[in-house]
Amino acid sequence: MSSPMRNPSDPSAPSDTHDIPGTTPFDGALAQKGYALNKMCFSFNHQANREAFVADPEGYMARYGLNPQQAEAVRSKQVLALLQAGGNAYYLAKFAGIFGLNMQDIGAQQTGVSKPEFMAKLAAANQQPDWPAAKLGV
Amino acid sequence: MATLLGGLATSHIPAIGNALAKGWQQEPYWKPFFDGFPPIHRWLNQVRPEVVVVFYNDHGLNFFLDKMPTFAVGAAAEYHNADEGWGIPTLPPLAGCPDLSWQIIRHLVACEFDVVTCQEMLVDHACTLPLKLFWPEYEVAPVQIVPIDINTVQFPLPTARRVYKLGQAVGEAIQRWDSDKRVLVMATGGLSHQLEGERAGFINKAFDQQFLESMVSNPEWATQFSDLELVERAGTQGVELLMWLAMRAALTRGGAGVRKVHSNYHIPISNTATGVMALECLA
Repeated sequence: MSSPMRNPSDPSAPSDTHDIPGTTPFDGALAQKGYALNKMCFSFNHQANREAFVADPEGYMARYGLNPQQAEAVRSKQVLALLQAGGNAYYLAKFAGIFGLNMQDIGAQQTGVSKPEFMAKLAAANQQPDWPAAKLGV
Repeated sequence: MATLLGGLATSHIPAIGNALAKGWQQEPYWKPFFDGFPPIHRWLNQVRPEVVVVFYNDHGLNFFLDKMPTFAVGAAAEYHNADEGWGIPTLPPLAGCPDLSWQIIRHLVACEFDVVTCQEMLVDHACTLPLKLFWPEYEVAPVQIVPIDINTVQFPLPTARRVYKLGQAVGEAIQRWDSDKRVLVMATGGLSHQLEGERAGFINKAFDQQFLESMVSNPEWATQFSDLELVERAGTQGVELLMWLAMRAALTRGGAGVRKVHSNYHIPISNTATGVMALECLA
């Protein structure tokens, strides 16, 4: 999914022009959509809350008022679905942490490759061309 | 008046917390990142800063969406770290400098910035880990801090131009502070990276290189980009380079320019193209 860029002649208008590939900035529309999911994930700063969620995920989600799309995304543990349900990456990272998943685990999941393949892609960024005027040893 | 010595900048990836706790600095994966610091440690030992103003972005520890400031200035005597759900150790509290906090707050409001003031403030890995990186031999860095949080969670973000002006105003506040203390500004975050979406893992080496060079010789360069243009070029979390802009802008006030003490760029640590830099204000 990709997101439209803001209209440069009216920055206060909702985004409506060209897209950023594979990227959906967390704007007001997503904030409204995902509020309950994000609030639940923010509670995972506290270990007691993480434990309560693991002990009874359905009850925990119900207490935070997650809607069916959000609850299904949580059950699936699929990050793309969680983003579509309005999740914000900073709070979803705390949810991923409950399952011991790091950013390479979820990066691999979102891009449909294995974790070693995802890590190899990161390292391969070294082969990108330099900025033409780059001074050596910056 | 206080002395503004210069500026520091570093990536602040949570995994660094584990690397420090487990002593992995010489491991092949980590060594190219940690090797970027010793020349800066030597400089810090020479110039001996006493207070560090830290431009950083809270990642959902101190603030939630219910009350999300664009700019928040810490004014506490002490700042606590806490569990963020990343599985990294919680670090000891950091000493604040309320005198400088209020100097900055007074000056920012006089310059017509609308800041949130925080007399209690939890500081997350973005604030705590860089202090460990720059002062690795201390359990707690031997400095007082003034944390200044800039929103990168909820779009729209403050414009790069606005963040630059904020940095300039902070630099002025420091220069006018009635104190004998030696002060540094610090930026944490960046460089290019993206954690979420189909473009997770995005890195843009050429953009980062141009940005790093601009930090030395053309500080306003990145202010031409909107927040979404920065996302497009540097990734969803690459917008953290706004912190570097604020830091660098603070150094443009009242000095004769800067010299680069040292910098380092290494891909990757976690999903991030890491950058580290120290700049010294010329007298």
